Amino acid sequence: MTQDNISNPTTFMLDNKIIPFSEGQTIIQAAMAAGEYIPHLCYNPEFKPHGSCKVCTVKANGRQAASCTQLAQADMVVESNTQQINDERRALLQMLFVEGNHFCPSCEKSGNCELQATAYALEMMSPHFDHFSPNRPLDASHPEYLLDFNRCILCSLCVRASRDVDGKNVFALSERGIKTQLIVNAKSGKLGDTDFSDQDKAAHVCPVGVIIKKRVGFTIPIGERAFDVNPISVSPHPVKKGA
Amino acid sequence: MTFALETAANPENLRRVAIDPVSRVEGHGKVTILLDDKNKVHQVRLHIVEFRGFEKFIQGRPYWEVPVMVQRLCGICPVSHHLAASKALDAIVGARHLTPTAEKMRRLMHYGQILQSHALHFFHLCSPDLLFGFDSDIAKRNIIGVAEKHPETAKRGVLLRKFGQEVIRHTAGKRIHGTGAVPGGVNKSLSIAERDELLKDVYQMVAWSRDAVHLVKQMHHQTPELYNSFGAFRANFMSMVGFDGGLDLYHGQLRARDESGNILFDGVDYQDYTQWIEEEVKNWSYMKFPYIRSLGNEKGWYRVGPLSRIQNCDFISTPLAEIERRDFIAYSGAMPMHAPLGYHWARMIEMLHAAEMIKDLLHDDDIMGKELMASGERGYEGVGVIEAPRGTLIHHYRVDENDLVTMCNLIVSTTHNNQAMNEAVRKVAQQYLHGHEVTEGLLNHIEVAVRAFDPCLSCATHALGKMPLQVEVLNEAGEQLSQLTRSSAGVVSTAV
Repeated sequence: MTQDNISNPTTFMLDNKIIPFSEGQTIIQAAMAAGEYIPHLCYNPEFKPHGSCKVCTVKANGRQAASCTQLAQADMVVESNTQQINDERRALLQMLFVEGNHFCPSCEKSGNCELQATAYALEMMSPHFDHFSPNRPLDASHPEYLLDFNRCILCSLCVRASRDVDGKNVFALSERGIKTQLIVNAKSGKLGDTDFSDQDKAAHVCPVGVIIKKRVGFTIPIGERAFDVNPISVSPHPVKKGA
Repeated sequence: MTFALETAANPENLRRVAIDPVSRVEGHGKVTILLDDKNKVHQVRLHIVEFRGFEKFIQGRPYWEVPVMVQRLCGICPVSHHLAASKALDAIVGARHLTPTAEKMRRLMHYGQILQSHALHFFHLCSPDLLFGFDSDIAKRNIIGVAEKHPETAKRGVLLRKFGQEVIRHTAGKRIHGTGAVPGGVNKSLSIAERDELLKDVYQMVAWSRDAVHLVKQMHHQTPELYNSFGAFRANFMSMVGFDGGLDLYHGQLRARDESGNILFDGVDYQDYTQWIEEEVKNWSYMKFPYIRSLGNEKGWYRVGPLSRIQNCDFISTPLAEIERRDFIAYSGAMPMHAPLGYHWARMIEMLHAAEMIKDLLHDDDIMGKELMASGERGYEGVGVIEAPRGTLIHHYRVDENDLVTMCNLIVSTTHNNQAMNEAVRKVAQQYLHGHEVTEGLLNHIEVAVRAFDPCLSCATHALGKMPLQVEVLNEAGEQLSQLTRSSAGVVSTAV
């Protein structure tokens, strides 16, 4: 919190707690600054909000809103950690799990995966819905990185990072609705035919296990992975070993 | 090639008795017996009816994922698959020699696995038969019954297994399905606190393991007519032995002996296993039938696991287990022991060896070292072999230039024992069922023979693309819409 905020305090209520905010802050920005966790996936404080995953949905003055895009307002009453909202969030997570192929038991991102950690935080016990079991081949054409599209949740963080930070536009979301998919911006569609590199921001921003640095695998022991150390509700964006 | 009692000449007029499922074994299997109206046995088969397919769906996955993925083959011996895959993939990262810390951490994990699996098998799954009798009251013939009648024995079984699981947890991160071994080494070593926690109990585990050996040995001495002859048949046997000829469950070379104990092959580099072992498919089981190539499928089948290992090695490096091995060999006399119940005795000797090895490793400072990984020239093919609790386990992979697996072949312990287990149930059927009215107690004799091998039926049904298969598409009313059939020859036909 800056000196200006303290001298000119403005607040809203989040689950009966007083949350200070500054002009232009979204609900989730103000909540995180105050140490309050609102579950989310496509939001990353380093990037412009995208508002697509809807996991951060709250009720602001009785109306549903994505807390990553809804600006905080004075005296606003926000509900987040309620049975109804968490049930809806859990259903969103379950749909994400069944739309892709998320095999946590053999996924090297286990313990570092924000989808998995959020599912634990929201006590998701099963996928509930029928699995789509899509056929999504891996792209292993790049010498240093592998793309496992089976795990994509369409958060677009790699798209934003490559476009807005790296200036490369390596990734894009193609098609619409249920057919939306992550693609690679190369004539062949292969990562190996782009100028993607380990130095790119996009190489280190995937919240799940799509963009994988090759030959790292399971080198971080169980117990030392990011969400072994702290649950995502305590540390939503930890520095991940080996990432 | 069919064996005696494998296929009845005229099955249409025979009565079928099924043991489905075989209980107190890992995985799902059944035994079918065909009897005539005088209860004479004409056909006995151990069927493996599970269908897994790991060999296929590992294809196209990155190689570093494999040691964690393949251990999902099993919930009892995942460490064995984890380590066999890691050993095979060491060749991909060019790690010809692991660091001392990595090698010893893997061994520690492996001995923890041997200890917990052998304890589980003997105390939880088999001791009810051995302590109460094969045809005793079925209501009591289980681990709960053992806990009531022999509480100290049951308690030791539970705590031995728990200790083994704790060794695995400290080396792999979890008791089941951990991540400790990675291609080229391990991802952790022991902390001082972890070592001390295990050291606290290890001496008790050694003592209890020795008592368990004595318990089984006493059974053999008290009832030799049963233990020496129940389901007994003669067979070749194979295992990995250390480079010095001693018992080595983690690394070494392949050795096989014939039924008289004469060497068939020795000093075989397991990277060349395909030159020595062939696999046959039969249309009534999802489990393949391996045999020694030079002897052919009729005479080349063999037995693996504790009974083979204890008789195949020249010595055991740990003192208490070596004393017990010598007793075992002396009991057998000039010829190897072929009786299936001898597996239990051999298994307990191995459990004692594992406990002693854990003790020794916990006193070795290398297990707390920091050099975890080795690497070298990139490879594209690797074979890893380990002596899993149930026997020799072979993992074989090819990896392309993009790091994806292109080929996987797994020969698991239970698969090696396929023909041997079938022989054992046929012998028992002849010995106990032939001409008698079938009762639950008599059928349990068949299961006792299967259990002696400690089979892991879920591990053994991994292949896809080779087995006979029938897929039926039904509508909501259960009516068949179409049918796809693949024969054992690989011919696919469709019926609509």
